[in-house]
Amino acid sequence: MLKRYVVKRLLIAIPSLLIASLIVFTLPRLIPGDAVQLMLSEKAYAKDIAELRAKLGLDRPMYVQYVDWLGHVVRGDLGESLWTRRPVLEEISQRLPITLTLAGFALTFALAIALPVGVISATRQDSLADFFARSTAILGLSVPNFWLATLLIVMPAIWWGWRPVGDFVEFSASPLGYLRQLLLPAVILGIAASAALMRLTRGMLLEVLRQDYVRTAWAKGLAEGVIVLKHGLRNAIIPVVTLLGTQLPQIIGGTVVIETVFGLPGMSRFLFDAINQRDYPVIQGVNLLVVSTVVMVNLGVDALYAVLDPRIRY
Amino acid sequence: MTTRVEIGRPMAPATPALEHARSASRWRWLVTLLRLARRKPLGAVGGVIVAAMLVMAAFAERIAPYGYDDAIRGARMKPPGAAHWLGTDNLSRDMWSRIVYGARVSITVGFLTVALALVVASAIGVSSAYFGGAWDLIVQRVVDAWLSFPYLIIILSVMAVLGPGLGNVILSLALLLSATNSRVIRGATLGAMQQTYVEAARAIGCGHLRIIVRHLLPNVAATIIILATIGLGAVILAESALSFLGFGVPPPHPSWGGMLSGSGRTYMFRAPWMAIWPGVAISLAVFGFNMLGDALRDVLDPRLRGS
Repeated sequence: MLKRYVVKRLLIAIPSLLIASLIVFTLPRLIPGDAVQLMLSEKAYAKDIAELRAKLGLDRPMYVQYVDWLGHVVRGDLGESLWTRRPVLEEISQRLPITLTLAGFALTFALAIALPVGVISATRQDSLADFFARSTAILGLSVPNFWLATLLIVMPAIWWGWRPVGDFVEFSASPLGYLRQLLLPAVILGIAASAALMRLTRGMLLEVLRQDYVRTAWAKGLAEGVIVLKHGLRNAIIPVVTLLGTQLPQIIGGTVVIETVFGLPGMSRFLFDAINQRDYPVIQGVNLLVVSTVVMVNLGVDALYAVLDPRIRY
Repeated sequence: MTTRVEIGRPMAPATPALEHARSASRWRWLVTLLRLARRKPLGAVGGVIVAAMLVMAAFAERIAPYGYDDAIRGARMKPPGAAHWLGTDNLSRDMWSRIVYGARVSITVGFLTVALALVVASAIGVSSAYFGGAWDLIVQRVVDAWLSFPYLIIILSVMAVLGPGLGNVILSLALLLSATNSRVIRGATLGAMQQTYVEAARAIGCGHLRIIVRHLLPNVAATIIILATIGLGAVILAESALSFLGFGVPPPHPSWGGMLSGSGRTYMFRAPWMAIWPGVAISLAVFGFNMLGDALRDVLDPRLRGS
């Protein structure tokens, strides 16, 4: 049953992915001024421009370029960067681990804070702890992460002369140093997601804890921990998992800012530079990769429902 | 030679009891507001912050002691003090004045974006739910694709296409927000369509337009109001991130996000106040809208609580 459902969802995902690929392909091409002009800057003659365009295949009609590009993408070829002349896939795979580690850390942190605080907040509704947790959550949703990052760089430097941002440490040079430098950026990245997840956990749990079967569990004399976690949280978790799936694009979007602020050479910063340089193949490649990942993760989230809640059948 | 005739005024004799009733009804809205504030203290705090921001945006010329781009002689990077509450920046401009004018940018972007987004989202959401079928299927797949992009990445790409500027920021943010909101409005419309009054309207022969405008839209209005308030906070936050990355409102216009980038970052170790106050302003503004939105949602539509 689950297999049939996944296949069905995959089929629905294909048109979305195709539309997304079309958006991915056309958007960078609408940017005024093209890469060829930027590459040759002032010292270009009309003939040179035309020649370089032909060489890069940019002189063909747009739909021909699209079909050609899509054909290569299906075969795992994302083209090569107009600037570095190296395969886009290679360029991305060098930088992807940094962004993935950041996003992974951020999601882990968000869940590690959101679930316990959400549970405490719901079980002690309207207590001082609940009030504090809720206000902090709204604050967490309100503070811009790039500003928080700036403050965390500036303040320790002014007070103690300590600077967290140094040269980037490669994983091969020092695995521990590599992970440690990503920790602070990941925590800042995860704050907003954490606040959103906490609010939802609290809200859903409050609803579940009012159900009859929870009252029955209390009447049976079960321990509070068992009731809250096994009867309550287990039934409240599905919307939280859904939100977790929708938080992923937000977090990846956030890495653009965080990688810029902390000077991390990740995929998002690569994309940001590529947008500034009109490097179409790179913009397309990164966008396509990100969109496909998000679509697949959401599919995985849907499939996970059945595992989390045996009542759900597909 | 003209005699004033007052139309529509009740000519009742002013007995003390009636006078009392009249003045009571005059202040009733205030009583309701205060009662609401007592029930939702956090929402009231949010409302006060939002009101303060609106006043700052509307009367920036009166409130700000200097213009947003006035260089003040001999006041380069002065720390906060009596003369300049929040200090001055590297171009000798008064930070407080720039923050006040910045409220105007945030409010303009916020309100115009949300208004545009909600019009588009309502059109897409309501029509998608109402007509269903192939239209719904196609529209929802496009929305799906749109929603799979990380928001900052899609806005950056759109801004790169459109070029920086206030109008383009509004356009690109509205494009994104309308996709998200159309989903919620579609859901709310699907719910409203199950009601018998829609069936009744159809039975007495109302046209599509009349059913949509007179019966469906008023019933999803609460959802739209909530989306608007929460959207305002999100848009102000997104605008600041865009301006921070240099794709937003171009200088010398004082956008809070823009003040935190460029010179704000270059001089942050020597003049930390340049990197502190704009962030405080953004956080407060978004906090205010979020609090107000939360309270409004609880009051208008308890079913959405916690979402």
